[in-house]
Amino acid sequence: MKQLAARLLAGVGVLWGAATLTFVAIHFSAGDPVLAILGGPDAIPTPQQLAQVREEYGFDQPLWVQYGRYVGRIAHGDFGESYRLRIPVTEAIGKQIGATLQLALSAALLAIGLALASAVLTAKRNPWVRRVASASELVLSSSPSFVLGILLLLVFSFQWPVLPPAGSNGWQTLILPTIALALPIAGMLSQVLRQELEDILEQPFIAMARARGLSQTAVRLRHALRHALVPLVTLSGFIFASLLGGAVVTEMLFARQGIGRMMLDAAVAKDAPVVLGITLLAALVYVGVNLLVDVLNGLIDPRVKPR
Amino acid sequence: MSTYAIPWRFTLALPNTFRPGLSLAWLFVIGLSIAALVPHWLTGIDPLAAAARNAYLPPSSSHWLGTDENGRDVLARLIHGVRPSLLMGLVSTAIGLGAGIILGLAAGLGPRLVDGAIMRLIDVLLAFPDLLLALVIITFWGQGLWITLIAVGVASIPRFARMVRAQTLVVRDAPYVEAATTLGRHRAAVVFRHVLPNAVKPILILATIGIGHNIITGAALSFLGFGASPPAPEWGSMLAMGRNYLANAWWLVAWPSVAIILTVVSITAIGRDWLARSEGKSR
Repeated sequence: MKQLAARLLAGVGVLWGAATLTFVAIHFSAGDPVLAILGGPDAIPTPQQLAQVREEYGFDQPLWVQYGRYVGRIAHGDFGESYRLRIPVTEAIGKQIGATLQLALSAALLAIGLALASAVLTAKRNPWVRRVASASELVLSSSPSFVLGILLLLVFSFQWPVLPPAGSNGWQTLILPTIALALPIAGMLSQVLRQELEDILEQPFIAMARARGLSQTAVRLRHALRHALVPLVTLSGFIFASLLGGAVVTEMLFARQGIGRMMLDAAVAKDAPVVLGITLLAALVYVGVNLLVDVLNGLIDPRVKPR
Repeated sequence: MSTYAIPWRFTLALPNTFRPGLSLAWLFVIGLSIAALVPHWLTGIDPLAAAARNAYLPPSSSHWLGTDENGRDVLARLIHGVRPSLLMGLVSTAIGLGAGIILGLAAGLGPRLVDGAIMRLIDVLLAFPDLLLALVIITFWGQGLWITLIAVGVASIPRFARMVRAQTLVVRDAPYVEAATTLGRHRAAVVFRHVLPNAVKPILILATIGIGHNIITGAALSFLGFGASPPAPEWGSMLAMGRNYLANAWWLVAWPSVAIILTVVSITAIGRDWLARSEGKSR
């Protein structure tokens, strides 16, 4: 319990650091920070907007008061208002996050499923099987989502039109983006899992289980896999970060809705509150995921004690 | 093992097991280097020479990989695109590596307070996904090739800083460092003559693999419109253009895709082979 509290505190520390870093970004941006919030150096905000932002962020106050206000607002979940959409950032994120969650969740399931299947089927098998498996893992993990996505579009939407090229309505529009987002992650995970599984299959308890008369497959599924799940859980943070980064390009490529696309549009339009809101949300989820990982690892493998 | 006791010595003897995949990877990287340094050795065609009459020609004997929407030769653009695409990976990795070495050394050798502060900063940087961090930097400091390079570089600082710190902690207490300190060598001399060279090999291996990763992030940012400016040939922006003509010109996206994937595969394969050998494993 005490360790968990310490981890929780460290997580809050990271988030505080993240908020501080964004505060630094606003103040050291090229040009006037007020303009940075309202659309960059080329923006033409109304005097009303200028006054509102000055008041909201307290730009006439000393720096430490501004900092305190800023961190305080973020702690309350208030990321300001998007100058472009003219609604609070949290509301804008709320509208778009469903589509991204749908895509990320289906991609995560596909990636983990593929990686588990490949690891269980190829670990410690015929050298040729392993060679083919590790070569395809290398190619997949080296192929960025936007390249895979374009190739998928080319084949399945244009040369051989079976799936819609764009949109975010209906399950058909979800298939290609899911595959494009999942394959690089699956390649990466599969490498780690297979290595782990091969190490585990050399352990004495595996030989024991085989000696008890369990088949090779049963040993893999019932004994080895459970241990191989530890690195999978540990990699959750990595999976999450890849999904979110991949969502930016995938949603753009397939003209889907979602916070990835919103982030990109906001970066192009210099809509700082939206960019920072989504980034801080990503940091929050990342910290949350890693906290959960510590707890889960303790449950899966009681020997792992959180530090 | 004895081969690797001395840093910076490469064996030229043939490997006992011939690995065709790895040889191909080396061949491809050598080809890329030639294309990056002297592209006109490989193609005589000007990558910017537009001829509307020749637009959208499929691959043929006169244009091996076809022509684009302005009638420019795709092969010539691919070859001339090697330099910006590779530089994207190399320069951003160099930026990340430089900053990572400074932060990692300071954390590994400095007082505990400094170590703690730097590691917390790294934790914070790690909490932002690479591409999102790059987009934040672009939002606040504007678009442009250099901003993009710095953005990709900054995103790779945490990996390098952690690695350098871990290596430094290992080397710091080695007998030869203690000996050098006892002999009265200046602290900076000990750091740069003894600690850094001995910590550098695993870091360079990580950097090699990191180049592949950064080529991907750089190409993604170019694809999104934040990299090289349009007429210049660059793989990410070639894909972004070709994306508009998927229905009638498959060759505009197929070849840059293949180029990106093969490049990253080759660099990663070479990096991993180096890693496996340095760990004394030959697979």
